[in-house]
Amino acid sequence: MTAENLTTGQYIQHHLENLTFNLHTMSLGRDGFWTLNLDTLFVGLVTALLLGFMMRWVASRMTSGTPGRLQNFIEMIIEFVDRSVRETYHGKSPLIAPLALTIFVWIFTMNLMDLLPVDLLPRILGALGLGHFRSVPTSDPNATFAMSLTVFALIVFYNVTVKGLKLGKEILTQPFGAWLFPINILFRCIEEFVKPLSLSLRLFGNMFAGELIFILIAVMPWWAQWLPGGMWAIFHILIITIQAFIFMMLTIVYLSMAHDTH
Amino acid sequence: MMDINATLIGQLLTFLVLVWFAMKYVWPPITKAMQDREKKIASGLEAAERAKRELEQAEHKALNIIRDAKVEATQLIDQAHARSLRVIDEAKESARLESKRILDHAKDEIAREVTHAKEALRKQLATLAVLGAEKIIQRNLDASAQAALLDEFAAEI
Repeated sequence: MTAENLTTGQYIQHHLENLTFNLHTMSLGRDGFWTLNLDTLFVGLVTALLLGFMMRWVASRMTSGTPGRLQNFIEMIIEFVDRSVRETYHGKSPLIAPLALTIFVWIFTMNLMDLLPVDLLPRILGALGLGHFRSVPTSDPNATFAMSLTVFALIVFYNVTVKGLKLGKEILTQPFGAWLFPINILFRCIEEFVKPLSLSLRLFGNMFAGELIFILIAVMPWWAQWLPGGMWAIFHILIITIQAFIFMMLTIVYLSMAHDTH
Repeated sequence: MMDINATLIGQLLTFLVLVWFAMKYVWPPITKAMQDREKKIASGLEAAERAKRELEQAEHKALNIIRDAKVEATQLIDQAHARSLRVIDEAKESARLESKRILDHAKDEIAREVTHAKEALRKQLATLAVLGAEKIIQRNLDASAQAALLDEFAAEI
């Protein structure tokens, strides 16, 4: 199953295929909803563990004296996230800042997998007998929706707990006043449901497109790959950071909107 | 290729655990240490400011002390000078008195010596006179018989 034996179309198709596991037959393959994308789960889990251990390692060795290099780096990220949260969110929930941090670093790390050569992991695992492997979890909508649906659940939770009965009034009377309440409800529903959709589809779209372009570059003859490949990789560093930042920032904005009464 | 399936649940679990972990074990210790450092730096700066102020005060105080000391020193020098003059004067005075006393004493001594000498001379003169008289008379006179006469003669000299 090497690239040389495939046509260009098959090669691309091959790279966009997940490593799937059928939960009904308990074997590799797919079965509608009861399918696990092993590659997404695996890379997601590995990056999560890596981040968890690294941050915990730093946290347990935190000193208020002179920080080391790694501590300094982590502090820089924490401070950046903390500032972003403070600027937008004025509530007291202890969840928002760690949530924003997790979203930022986890998405960033998963996005970072995009900078590995497109054939690296598929080839290695192909040699071990696994047919397909997609190394970027965020180019799988399952991963992005998992995060955006959590954010959606939190938006609903905070709307209900913070606003209480005022929420009903807000849904009925805004933005067009009490007489047009059906339209208000409709607008509100669209507004809320668009939030998780836009969050996850934006990230998924960007990462999927980025991955696709890397694959297309990999289709080019070997001597022509370095220039577009290098350029796209450098540009992509920007994209993966910005996408992680946008997801984090919008999460903070949505959650602070859920706290504020209009 | 991009269908929603059970992977969503798996990713959801990973995400929730990671968020929980960050909230429980990562965020609090790190932000706490950072706040501690902020406090430490703030108090350090404050201490530096205080120390600077104290130093200024101390310098001021030191200058005052030095000025006072200078004034005191000049006073002391003046006093010492005056006292030394007085001591010299006193010494001169006592020396003068002492020398006068010694002089008087010497004069007295001399006077007494003179009287003694006169006395002795008078006695020797009497003896000489007797001897002279003996020579002149050239005769053996009883010295003791003449003693009363000689004494009377010596007293008259």
